[in-house]
Amino acid sequence: MIVLDVIIGGLLTGGIYALLAAGFSLQYGVSRVLNVSHGEFIMLGALAAYSLYVPFGINPLVSLVILGPIFFIIGSLTNRILFERLRRIAGSIEVFEGQSILVSFGLLFIIQNLALLAWGADERGYKFLVIPINLLGSIFAANRLVALSLAVVIGLSFFFFLVRTRLGKAVRAAAQEETGAQLIGVNIQWMHGLCFGFGASLAGFAGVLISTMFTVSPFMGLPYTIIAIIVVVLGGLGNIIGSLVGGLILGLIGSIVLHIEPGLELAVLYILFMLILLIRPKGIFGK
Amino acid sequence: MPIIEGERVSKNFGGLAAVVNVDFHIDQGEIVGLIGPNGAGKTTLFNLISGALATTAGTIRFKGENITGLKPHQICKRRVARTFQSVKVFSNMTVLDNVLAGSLFGASTGMRMHDAKAEAMELLEFVGLSAKEGSLAKDLTIANQKRVEVARALATKPELLLLDEVMSGLNPTEVAQVTELIKKMRDKGITVFMIEHVMKAIMDISDRIIVLHHGEKIAEGTPSEIAKSQKVIEVYLGD
Amino acid sequence: MDIIRSNPERFFLLLFSIFILIILAIIPSYIADYYVSLLVSIFKFTVLTVSWATFCGPTGYISLASAAFLGTGMYVTALIGEKVPLPLVVLFGGLASFLLALLVGLASLRIRGIFFAIFTLGLSEGLRHFMNWWEISREGRMGRWVISADYLTIFYTMLMILIMTLLTSYLIRRSKFGVALQSIGEEEEAARHIGINVNAVKVITFAVTSFWIGATGGIIVTQWLYVDTSTAFDVSYSFTPTLMALFGGIGQIYGWVLGSVVFTIITELLLTEFPYYYMLIFGSVIISVFLFFPSGLVGVVIKWRKGKLVE
Repeated sequence: MIVLDVIIGGLLTGGIYALLAAGFSLQYGVSRVLNVSHGEFIMLGALAAYSLYVPFGINPLVSLVILGPIFFIIGSLTNRILFERLRRIAGSIEVFEGQSILVSFGLLFIIQNLALLAWGADERGYKFLVIPINLLGSIFAANRLVALSLAVVIGLSFFFFLVRTRLGKAVRAAAQEETGAQLIGVNIQWMHGLCFGFGASLAGFAGVLISTMFTVSPFMGLPYTIIAIIVVVLGGLGNIIGSLVGGLILGLIGSIVLHIEPGLELAVLYILFMLILLIRPKGIFGK
Repeated sequence: MPIIEGERVSKNFGGLAAVVNVDFHIDQGEIVGLIGPNGAGKTTLFNLISGALATTAGTIRFKGENITGLKPHQICKRRVARTFQSVKVFSNMTVLDNVLAGSLFGASTGMRMHDAKAEAMELLEFVGLSAKEGSLAKDLTIANQKRVEVARALATKPELLLLDEVMSGLNPTEVAQVTELIKKMRDKGITVFMIEHVMKAIMDISDRIIVLHHGEKIAEGTPSEIAKSQKVIEVYLGD
Repeated sequence: MDIIRSNPERFFLLLFSIFILIILAIIPSYIADYYVSLLVSIFKFTVLTVSWATFCGPTGYISLASAAFLGTGMYVTALIGEKVPLPLVVLFGGLASFLLALLVGLASLRIRGIFFAIFTLGLSEGLRHFMNWWEISREGRMGRWVISADYLTIFYTMLMILIMTLLTSYLIRRSKFGVALQSIGEEEEAARHIGINVNAVKVITFAVTSFWIGATGGIIVTQWLYVDTSTAFDVSYSFTPTLMALFGGIGQIYGWVLGSVVFTIITELLLTEFPYYYMLIFGSVIISVFLFFPSGLVGVVIKWRKGKLVE
């Protein structure tokens, strides 16, 4: 059934989008860094998963658990070394936002080059659970379904964290209104590092999941960053839950376009993106 | 004919009524004060006159022309200028350049750089800031920054000047200086509409006073009439 | 504003620039081809940087649309280059860019700060994807053959475009427009109230400065025999002008020129000497500039001169 194909395909892509957008949204929403190198962290996650699986046979699902904390540390350190200093130097929050885009661009270059040196420029892939499964009359590959389920699990856990736990609520408060959050006792500096780190972990997760389904290379990062930006704007800058939902919506839209006119998906997403910026820059769920 | 009049001017923000059916008029050469408790809608009314905000309802006429809905730069060209409650000088430009900008773009068209500069220097003299012409605006005291704003507004050759709390944050000497300046402006033929919280100053200088409360005009009259008005006293004491 | 400040210095700079331009005009006969194309590269990036900074410098906007304008110019040449004489093609490239910028400006210049940056990034990337899809599915091709011009034509055309760009920028800054732009950058609301038609100033400046970017694309593409959407709309063309302007120092024209010249030479050196590490070094330089030299090269020069005066 075509409709089911489109929906499940859309949810699958959307689930991945939601994950990578959520990380990006955390970094912009709380740390106020529009991290253009976000995609590079995704790429690192993907290549790391590859390197753990192919020579060492470590199951990507296990890699998720290993890489999560590592990426968190890398993210927090990056925030501490680069962005905390920039925060102090910049005159205003607008200046900081502008400059941090460019600093993260520099970071993009560095990470990509390091990846090129470590892994070389070739595209690589590995086969993981490439077993066809019959679901309600349509055939899907097992790895895609597993990736979708994991994306859902991670996404839901994150959602649960944001909505039910004290720390999660503090994160959302900090994303919406930093001064207000500080007034109710949130340690904003610590929060910046925490969220940047979390964001990096989510990127890593997305990367691992992507590697189970698609080929990966050191150049794969930027398109994902752009998608993250689009999703986050659609969902509302600073609204982390909005980006989860926005990711799913965009995944569905992409899937629909794919069935009508393949090759135009990204262009359509861009047009949507620009329209939202023009008509309702706060996004669907922005306040 | 009054130089400016407003008829049933109203502004709503979503559900919040900031200005409600305000009628007002000011005659040429008057100094009219606008007072009221915080949140009464005074600055909003100024924003509606200067075009910074669009009215929800009502008309505003300047020298007989309907200016409701015009953009700020168009209203400025028609000779209405204003200062802002939170001083908006061009911080990283010199004092002279701040005023120069007003001369270049205000109601005068096609002014040459040379003449505009001369005019700016004159205005700095008028407000008493000649000594500081080369300083960056951000390096000045608040009192002097307010003077820069006034000079810049004057450079646009207004017939009506809206002053928004130009005396706030000033010490008594500075307040007296600004009062003198306003009188000098009136002598030059400029009509002044001013929002103020410094009661003594505004009572001294105004020909008439309009009182707003919760967006509505609740009283209007000479300073002595307003001082004795029961309604006004309640509004201020009640807060 | 620098009208009043140090006039003799300005005069000297002007003389120096004219001197340099004369040298550049006669130099191709005396140096190797490689250096001629290096100079063309320097011209190209300087045009991009100065055009970008003339609007974005005073107003504080970050436009990432330069790649869209450059690519548009390139594609105009690719599409009509065979039927129309070269000078006209270059002009049309500039015109197409101008019109695009006008449209984009009218639509988006009321958007503030970071939204404008990502909007223009979306424009550049979106245009690339759209053109790519169009070429592949509607035209059945991945790229196009382009007419080529000899390297001397390219050199002198680029030099002329550079001169025109510098002139345009200088005239804008020194005119009422320059004052208006600065005022808008400082306090947009106050600028409105002193009679500046803010939207018109922004849109016109944005469009006018993009003209030369389009023209540059129009001529530069003739260096290569073949062009496709990834080369034409390469996203780094959107980021590099920003970086170069900031590297040089955001306040002054000569800072932008200095930044783009030094930056291009460094990039060229890195590419040839350390092809495997060039991005690493490049990225580190970018980060260092922001963290340690926020005022750019101009800032360094000023500090150095102040130091000397003190001694």
